[in-house]
Amino acid sequence: MAHDATTSRPGYFGRFGGQYVPATLLSALDELEAAFLDARDDPEFNEEYHRLLRDYVGRPSPLYPAPRLSERVGAKVYLKREDLNHTGAHKINNTIGQGLLAKRMGKRRIMAETGAGQHGVATATVAALLGLPCQVYMGVEDVRRQRLNVYRMRLLGAEVIPVEGTSGTLKDACDEAMRAWMGQYEETLYVFGSVAGPHPYPTMVRDFQRVIGDEARRQILDAEGRLPTKLVACVGGGSNAIGLFYAFLEDDVELIGVEAAGLGLQPGQHSASICAGTFGVLDGAATYVIQDEDGQVLPAHSVAAGLDYPAVGPQHADFHDSGRGRYVAVTDEQALEAFRTLTELEGIIPALESAHAVAQVLAMADELTDDDLVIINISGRGDKDCEEVQRLTE
Amino acid sequence: MERIHQAFERANASGPGALIIYVTAGDPSPESTEQIVLAAERGGADIIELGIPFAAPTADGPTIQAACKRALDAGTTPRMVLQAAARIRERSEIPLVLMTCFNPILAYGMQDFAGDAVAAGVDGVLVSDLPAREAEEWTRIASEAGLGTVQLVAPGNTDEHIERAIEATTGFVYVISRPGVTGAREDIYEGLQALVERVKQRAEVPVAVGFGLSTARQVSEVLEIADGAVVGSAVVNVIAQGGEDLPQRVEAKVRELRP
Repeated sequence: MAHDATTSRPGYFGRFGGQYVPATLLSALDELEAAFLDARDDPEFNEEYHRLLRDYVGRPSPLYPAPRLSERVGAKVYLKREDLNHTGAHKINNTIGQGLLAKRMGKRRIMAETGAGQHGVATATVAALLGLPCQVYMGVEDVRRQRLNVYRMRLLGAEVIPVEGTSGTLKDACDEAMRAWMGQYEETLYVFGSVAGPHPYPTMVRDFQRVIGDEARRQILDAEGRLPTKLVACVGGGSNAIGLFYAFLEDDVELIGVEAAGLGLQPGQHSASICAGTFGVLDGAATYVIQDEDGQVLPAHSVAAGLDYPAVGPQHADFHDSGRGRYVAVTDEQALEAFRTLTELEGIIPALESAHAVAQVLAMADELTDDDLVIINISGRGDKDCEEVQRLTE
Repeated sequence: MERIHQAFERANASGPGALIIYVTAGDPSPESTEQIVLAAERGGADIIELGIPFAAPTADGPTIQAACKRALDAGTTPRMVLQAAARIRERSEIPLVLMTCFNPILAYGMQDFAGDAVAAGVDGVLVSDLPAREAEEWTRIASEAGLGTVQLVAPGNTDEHIERAIEATTGFVYVISRPGVTGAREDIYEGLQALVERVKQRAEVPVAVGFGLSTARQVSEVLEIADGAVVGSAVVNVIAQGGEDLPQRVEAKVRELRP
């Protein structure tokens, strides 16, 4: 099992990351890496990106002190309100960045995969904003679970392509989107939604999401005059979590990533790649993978479609190995309860994905003290989930 | 590895070049693979590419995805594929090249996999999602075990990509005939000849072309510029139809592809 990749290779985080892709994609990824590095250093590009984040997305998003939740868990808790972004989740931070990059690269179209539909909606939105045709690949099971988002994408002018695959969820959408990209990368940018996949995506998506933590760090220092003790965020691929964590990497702040334990940590019942997966290569990166002993990928499960993915971003895998991050898992049931609790206590309906982070803080109440200062990333709003939650709980 | 190079030499000395036939091992059942491969050899295949089924093969189109699903549903594991290779080797000297995603090799253990493959009489391995830049360790382990490596070159690859792929190759270079995934298609990508020439100028090992080839005419066009032609989906489509006379129909299909 040992795969002693050196850490010095570009696109690696410790032994994780890399570019495990068919030769067909090498030119596409090299071109994207060069364009991204060039844009990242260009003040004009950054100005345009941050202008859109401010005027179009509505950033900075508030850092809200949640009094009743704080009282419930016995520590001061702040919520980073990514749910208040235009389109209702953190995903738009990244799609604005990649959309502008697509324009800069002279691409004529963009494409994306989506799980919960939030990334698909955010991509379709940017496509409308920039006047680019857009195709979104989505598993058939997710198309069923997230009808509202499917309608939103179509309204925004995107073509939604349902993917059967093996389970009809995010993994299948990723596979099919990657295959489709191979045949059309010259004119199309694949706007990948998470910090997973082959290099440069984990780095690029992190850099487009780091605005979450950059803001939160300033906001908490303004509000409290000190750094938080804990950051808590849900982890599927892990983009909202990395986005929050990245500004605090050098600080004495505990980083807690919350995976989906689904129905329990038995094979086929969960999406907890770090907590219950093993080292492997999936979708272009070396990372933790939910797989059997033959290296076949096992179906993932979570009540939150956006967490329903059998691998995880390579930088999270490395944080786990190095001990920089602590990764835990909460069940569907805990997430559903937290969904309700946050709604009742604060009048904020979180996405089921974000409810996992809330559930972890509720579960940690015993270990939290008065000195703790916690930031939970509310990565998205829960309107999209109301129909499914109603179906599951009534 | 010797068997691979000898097969290319023989096929190019006595005819237009090597016909390489891909089948997914375990499709439709682990027991059937031996008969199907031997039938393909009778039909005129010079080299067999044996796919290890994977649930999410990135580079494959619908035909081979469906074949992988049939093989996995039939319970096929990488170990069974090696066992099938060993049974074929008892009865034939046809070169066997495994095609797989990297994850099954990682899960098996690279060292163990290379050793067991050589013991089973396998001649080479093509890892579809392991480009040269990630392949250093695997190439070393495979070479030490005496297992040939096959690297892919695709349209759009730069000279640097091509040179690195060749450096990591001991078996043959596999040029992908067109952008996109595997699957039968009518036309041949127009930049193919230039791409093959760029590879041939640099490579000492044989150069084969695959992806999208499905007719004898395409095979013969490809063999005018390359040392070998790989046909997959067209044969897999025959296997998909099933039936008791499957080996005969595979043999007939391969004979039909033989230029």
